[in-house]
Amino acid sequence: MIRGTVFIASDICKGCELCIAACPQHSLSLSRQINPKGYKYAELINDECTGCINCALVCPDAAITVYRQAKVKKAV
Amino acid sequence: MENTNKKEVRLMKGNEALAEAAIRAGLHAYFGYPITPQSEILEYFEEQAPKRGFTVLQAESEVASINMIYGAAGAGARVMTSSSSPGVSLMQEGISYIATAELPCLIVNITRGGPGLGTIQPSQGDYFQSVKGGGHGDYKLFVLAPSSVQEMADFVFDAFRVSEKYRIPALILADGALGQMMEKLTLPEEGSLPHVTPEWGTTGKTKDRERNIITSLHIQPEKMEAINHHLQAKYKAIEEAEVRYEEYFMEDAEIVFVAFGLSARICQKAVDIVREKGIKAGLIRPITLFPFPKQIISETANRAVGFMVVEMNAGQMVEDVQLAVNGKCPVYFKGRMGGMIPTPEEIAVALEEKFIHHEEKV
Amino acid sequence: MEIPVLENLEVVYKKPETLTDTPFHYCPGCGHGVAHRVLMEVIDELGIQEETIGVAPVGCSVFAYHYMNIDMQQAAHGRASAAATGIKRVLPEKYVFSYQGDGDLAAIGTAETIHTVNRGENILMVFINNAIYGMTGGQMAPTSLCGQVTSTTPYGRDPAKIGFPLKITELIAQLPGAYFVARHAVHTPNAVRKLKKALRSAFEYQKLNKGTCFIEIVSNCPSGWKLSPLESQKWIEENMFPMYPLGDIKVPGKNITAPSTENN
Repeated sequence: MIRGTVFIASDICKGCELCIAACPQHSLSLSRQINPKGYKYAELINDECTGCINCALVCPDAAITVYRQAKVKKAV
Repeated sequence: MENTNKKEVRLMKGNEALAEAAIRAGLHAYFGYPITPQSEILEYFEEQAPKRGFTVLQAESEVASINMIYGAAGAGARVMTSSSSPGVSLMQEGISYIATAELPCLIVNITRGGPGLGTIQPSQGDYFQSVKGGGHGDYKLFVLAPSSVQEMADFVFDAFRVSEKYRIPALILADGALGQMMEKLTLPEEGSLPHVTPEWGTTGKTKDRERNIITSLHIQPEKMEAINHHLQAKYKAIEEAEVRYEEYFMEDAEIVFVAFGLSARICQKAVDIVREKGIKAGLIRPITLFPFPKQIISETANRAVGFMVVEMNAGQMVEDVQLAVNGKCPVYFKGRMGGMIPTPEEIAVALEEKFIHHEEKV
Repeated sequence: MEIPVLENLEVVYKKPETLTDTPFHYCPGCGHGVAHRVLMEVIDELGIQEETIGVAPVGCSVFAYHYMNIDMQQAAHGRASAAATGIKRVLPEKYVFSYQGDGDLAAIGTAETIHTVNRGENILMVFINNAIYGMTGGQMAPTSLCGQVTSTTPYGRDPAKIGFPLKITELIAQLPGAYFVARHAVHTPNAVRKLKKALRSAFEYQKLNKGTCFIEIVSNCPSGWKLSPLESQKWIEENMFPMYPLGDIKVPGKNITAPSTENN
């Protein structure tokens, strides 16, 4: 399985939840805490993320960076 | 091919002389919409553009024209538009934006009689609109009032020069008669007004600079007030450095005409008429309507018997003359409206009625 | 729960370079942010930051220049395409786009919209249609749907009184100056991918001086619609798309659907 992860800039997230709905792995949820703007923010809640970037594509605040585990290159 | 690099004498309509001068001044683009009595300007540009290498576009309205000017001036080009009174009214919102964003450009108003759709005959009814702002908010234009076909051409250069130096939109306020009449003129030399693409223009953000933003929007009132202070300081600098006026028989004048544009030309003749009768009359002709030559009028008021302001409107510049005179002597007004042009004789009669017969009655 | 730290990570998605670090002022869930970001992604990928000038007029997106790290002009309400025309005519080698809302493009600026496209100005017009006036507080837009409740149609838009929603995109597609006309959305990952492809094509066509490219983005206004962001996405699908179906409306080399001739 492809493994990935996300970094969500919690200080600029407005908690709109669009990324949560867009995540096919159900890996995102709203935080219990609130950020300095007063919003709950999206956060990663499990290790099922595949780095598909769907969350980042629909994020209206450009708050998400997506990472994917590089394939291990076979020795030639 | 036509050699435009030397001064040449031609017989031209005012509108065409102005357009030819603009090409010689290095115009990059013209955007405009037809309206009588200034359509020759657009027509002349359309005819010349392919041969002389500049951009001309007939827009869908004056509203579009002035916003094309905003865009092109914001991109650092030397641009102009022209219209007549109703069309210039339509441009006012855009002019307010241009003034606030501090974009240099030239706007030409070949004024016609109003209000409303009015008439196509000449008028000076747009004085207030030209010098008091016209659109919303506190702003000024650099306003030049030519009174001959020669000046229709010459003032284009002055307008661009001041406009670009101070980043203020310039307005040439002429009228239908000046636009339509033919006179001999010496055309200004091409290439005498170099243009430097301004560093603030939206020409594409290169790596070595921050992005350029053209805007008139400053939502924080503190910032907007600072912008206003900046604009007012600029207008004050222009008032100190760019006032232009002309005097006629003012050395010993006791009674002083004040008139601009076509009215000033008619007043010259009126001065001649009353001088023959031994009346010591003279004329101060404001050439810049903003900045207004208030100092010379104020100084003259210290020694004059009185003033007579002559305009082709219901009395607009007379208010600025009254402010400059500040009660030191009487200021009378003689005007014609609705496209009517006063004759030198009727102006002479008006002067005599106010100053000579009036004194006899007393 | 503790999420294990992965090794050997590669960045597969990050905010485009041409987007500034200034956080958007838009309401939570607003489609403007996605549209801005995708537009800047395309400019990044084409490497045309230095050659692109944007125009954003009055509306929520009037502050687009806070976010787009390119030379930009703010335009008067409705006049973005006229300002863009002015820029393009004096800088014909540059890429120029306007970014306009429905009130701007399809109400107050209708004349400028139609004539800019009719002249075939070589610019990209991005049209954000969220069927409401966001910035002024949720008033009816020309594209508001029949029955839609807004602050100026408190009993719902009544076409007998105020007319039907204006499908300006179909209208301008009829004009010869329009080269590429499409309607997209930003509500799902796939919609965003398609939009990005269309925006990229539009800039490529501009390079070839093909005429006006016009891309409508059916978007949302959770605050104006008085819905949560998620509810607003659902509302788009159920209400907006039947009136404003997604897809290409005019593509190079293909005929568009002819207008109905039933009454002829």
